[in-house]
Amino acid sequence: MTDIQNHPAIQVRNVSKTFGNGRRALVDVSVEIGAGEMVALIGASGSGKSTLIRHIAGLVVANRGEEGGEIAVLGEQVQAGGKLSRDVARIRRRLGVIFQQFNLVPRLTVLTNVLAGRLGRMPKWRGTLMQFSHPEKQRAMQALSRVGIEITARQRAATLSGGQQQRAAIARCLVQESEAILADEPIASLDPASARRVMEILSDINRSEGTAVLVSLHQVEYARRYCRRTIAMRDGRVVFDGPSHDLTTDFLREIYGEASEELILPDAEDFAAAHEQAEQRLVASA
Amino acid sequence: MTDLAAGVAAAPRLAEIDVPGRTRQEQVFDWLLRGAFLVMLVWSFVPSDMHRIGEVLTGGGNMAMLLGDFFEPNFRYWRTYLDLMLETVQMAVWGSFLSVLLAVPFGLMSSANLVPAWLHFPVRRLMDAFRAINELVFALIFVAAVGLGPLAGVLALTIHTTGTLAKLFSEAVEAIDPRPVEGIRATGSSRLQEIIYGVIPQVLPLWISFSLYRFEANVRSATVLGIVGAGGIGMSLSEALRGFDYAAGAAILLIILLTVSLFDIFGARLRKVVIDGEEHIRFAGYLAFLAAIVIGIEIVLRTGPV
Repeated sequence: MTDIQNHPAIQVRNVSKTFGNGRRALVDVSVEIGAGEMVALIGASGSGKSTLIRHIAGLVVANRGEEGGEIAVLGEQVQAGGKLSRDVARIRRRLGVIFQQFNLVPRLTVLTNVLAGRLGRMPKWRGTLMQFSHPEKQRAMQALSRVGIEITARQRAATLSGGQQQRAAIARCLVQESEAILADEPIASLDPASARRVMEILSDINRSEGTAVLVSLHQVEYARRYCRRTIAMRDGRVVFDGPSHDLTTDFLREIYGEASEELILPDAEDFAAAHEQAEQRLVASA
Repeated sequence: MTDLAAGVAAAPRLAEIDVPGRTRQEQVFDWLLRGAFLVMLVWSFVPSDMHRIGEVLTGGGNMAMLLGDFFEPNFRYWRTYLDLMLETVQMAVWGSFLSVLLAVPFGLMSSANLVPAWLHFPVRRLMDAFRAINELVFALIFVAAVGLGPLAGVLALTIHTTGTLAKLFSEAVEAIDPRPVEGIRATGSSRLQEIIYGVIPQVLPLWISFSLYRFEANVRSATVLGIVGAGGIGMSLSEALRGFDYAAGAAILLIILLTVSLFDIFGARLRKVVIDGEEHIRFAGYLAFLAAIVIGIEIVLRTGPV
């Protein structure tokens, strides 16, 4: 056992995944996220972002044998050579996962959904019988209040808006005391205001608790605004791994070609830059 | 100008476009279906006595006499009938309850999305066997095993209904949204907790609805179990009919009809309340109404002359 502090939050080594239909979703992917880092994972639809995150969470296994590579979270092995580790439940307890579709149980109350985050950290019989203690409920209410939806505690999860559901899902991660968070396109189904809110909460958790966050995003703007480092994927391969500010529009076009338009919202800066370029071209041609 | 006029005049004479019809293959299939249906009817005609169907009309005299008796029901022993009808419903209560208890684990164990094939395959076949054999047959077996009386009937209902409910339960489980389950799994829960938090809440309204429906069906089934001595009102019914006491038979049939309709109507409404998940007050109202009827009958039976 080496010093716990030295373990990176997430370690992915030479992982490949081919789906049943022959599509190669991941091709020899290696990625490392340090403790306390907040990293964006970008790429067009079908580039392998979600697949990578689901592998790290141990929800999918990689190819059998050599191609399966190895994935470790917080120094504990999640899977290797296409086989889940036997202690995968113990690692999942330390790792929070946030999904694009929130993955709350619609018919349970928001409070029960959040309390489910404690399941890995309480006696099994008590969790199985849905018996939560007062301190546990208190912790869940604190988490709900932190994401600003404590008044919805008694409502069924299905009655919440998308943004509220995602905040409830984050509260579940908080209650879980996750030491690292994986967020799979957490804002792809949300309106811009809710999306900003969710990104700010994630960024706040990263800063104040030092929780490592790997967040996959569809749009580069959010990556630039909230994450120092970005990993970009294309066709199941990592094609860029570096400071987010290096991801200029031109650079994106270089790696994604036509598909880059999908990743870029015409935000003010880019718009201005494009406008300037166009003018220069006009001047040059005159 | 003339060009334009010609264009307008020519408009109705557009070129014909073929309307796509059924393909050759589809047509052959249609005729195959019709042929198979016809062959089936002809094949079963004589073995099922269909050449004698005219006798329904020629035997009109007997029919009229029978119907005449039925229109003058004899309620002389109504206390016995009501008592036996209550026993019938009570058998359905326990038969349904026990079968729900059994159908939950069996249903989960026959869901392909929860357990591996080596488990759900044999469990499903066992449930098929439970379902394939009629309650009456199970009742005959249990009468031999535990003797005459309602216990044999309850056991018969339990086995058959377990087979049916387990299948319905597992079909509901196989249709769930897997994402909430994944959300629970990601918190580091155990397999059982995944089911309790992620699966059960999703299927619970359906399960309750199925159980209520099977309870209604069990009230119906329980009325005939008495014929083989497995308790309930069926015994009196078969005795009356075999003794050609059609007036008494009519009285019993009317009581059965009323009871079964009552459960059908209220069962359907209760199930709707459960599925919609609203209108708790109405739910309480229905239950209170049914309870009042049952309590009323009990009081009348207990306070009346013996």
